Amino acid sequence: MKHLLSIDDLSTDEILQLFETAADMHDVQSREVKKLPALRGRTVVNMFFEDSTRTRSSFEIAGKWLSADVINVSAKGSSTSKGESLRDTVLTVCAMGVDGLVIRHPASGAAVQVSEWVDAAVVNAGDGMHEHPTQALLDAYTLQRHLGSLEGRHVAIIGDLTHSRVFRSNVQCLTRLGARVTVVAPPTLMPSGIGAWSASAGFETSYDIDAVLPDADAVMMLRVQRERMSGAFFPSPREYTVGYGLTRSRLGLLKPDVPICHPGPMNRGLEIAADAADAAQSVVLEQVSSGLAIRMAVLYHLLAGDTRGGIA
Amino acid sequence: MPAPDDTVPDTERTERTVLDARDISRALTRISHELLERNKGATDLVLLGLHTRGVPLARRIAERIAAVEGTPVAVGELDVTMYRDDLRSQPTRRAHKTSLPPGGIDEKVVVLVDDVLFSGRTIRAALDALADLGRPGAVRLAVLVDRGHRELPIRADHVGKNLPSALAERVSVRLAEVDGTDEVTIS
Repeated sequence: MKHLLSIDDLSTDEILQLFETAADMHDVQSREVKKLPALRGRTVVNMFFEDSTRTRSSFEIAGKWLSADVINVSAKGSSTSKGESLRDTVLTVCAMGVDGLVIRHPASGAAVQVSEWVDAAVVNAGDGMHEHPTQALLDAYTLQRHLGSLEGRHVAIIGDLTHSRVFRSNVQCLTRLGARVTVVAPPTLMPSGIGAWSASAGFETSYDIDAVLPDADAVMMLRVQRERMSGAFFPSPREYTVGYGLTRSRLGLLKPDVPICHPGPMNRGLEIAADAADAAQSVVLEQVSSGLAIRMAVLYHLLAGDTRGGIA
Repeated sequence: MPAPDDTVPDTERTERTVLDARDISRALTRISHELLERNKGATDLVLLGLHTRGVPLARRIAERIAAVEGTPVAVGELDVTMYRDDLRSQPTRRAHKTSLPPGGIDEKVVVLVDDVLFSGRTIRAALDALADLGRPGAVRLAVLVDRGHRELPIRADHVGKNLPSALAERVSVRLAEVDGTDEVTIS
């Protein structure tokens, strides 16, 4: 693999290889010297045209722990705010001899577009409402650590599907690993045309959270993305919580010890109650440490070897 | 590793067994006794097997030491993939697990265990990896086969068999845990 733009770029074997590498990388977090020399001399640029805490810092730490030189460019404070085009910004940065480009952009398809302009390996860290492959990998990796194999396990993805790149990447990744996926959203936040997609990709859709929760082996709550909402998708936050939030009473519907995921940042009290977010079965913080391991694995596979080849 | 001369087609190679299962067993028993003698017992000894075939070898040596001394000896595994100097020149290699015994390696006598000592580059990488994991009191090297052709100033403390070889020859170690059989061949 030359870039990581979509889950679709990865074969199932490559996904499992990344998980194995991530498991090795996981141990580094508990070491006294958190450093591996694999990417010494490589340069990675994080270009974030959208706000982010965990994704950006985890890519930054992942690169640094692998001994790469990492710099961050964000839209605010860069020439973008002076009106420079994305192409010019990217080409300028790449002219400095960059090996890896981690990009987040509000426009769907931005990462694919960028990968056509540059020689560097491009990692999609979220493009609009399209994909967020490393998030899907870390979610599946976290669930696999809890559930063993995902084959035949039932994962419920609940929330704002329309605006969610996390959901789009996750459905592909989870079904590829053999999981049964049910996605749940209010009708206004169910993407149009999802019927045809779910039929061909083999996942189910539902409007009824209370019917889905009792059968789930894992629950993934999605953030209500106010920054992408221009219309009125639900009457009031309170009404959303009543209809689709993981509330304290809904926790009782779950089978015991079902892991609860959330990609963050959480809107506590809106899509997820504090009781659920802080429950013993919540794996939200574990997702963060898994994310670091997965991003180390991705950077390692893209940048460590002879970059003209694949994974040996 | 120095590139073994692969210009010789496989069909023209004749394979000759240099160590059979019993030879390997005797060599490991001798190495175990040498280690104990040199260390004056098993105290503070940590055996670290290098992936892939050093790991079962380290376990076998540990079993022998435990049988002689009556106390278990710490064993771990070390992966040096990230520390290799040829990482850049090949497609990405898969890394393996590094696991240290619970007591760590600080101030311990660490014995690196590998199947074949050749260029010495793997051991160079292992020494770098150790430095990131702690500060051993001493580091020793035990190998089943030393085939020569060093490219770095590195030597083994304990050798199962010195096997003078031509650069073009290929030395293969097979172990029951990995390959289903115990033997060392040269071809």
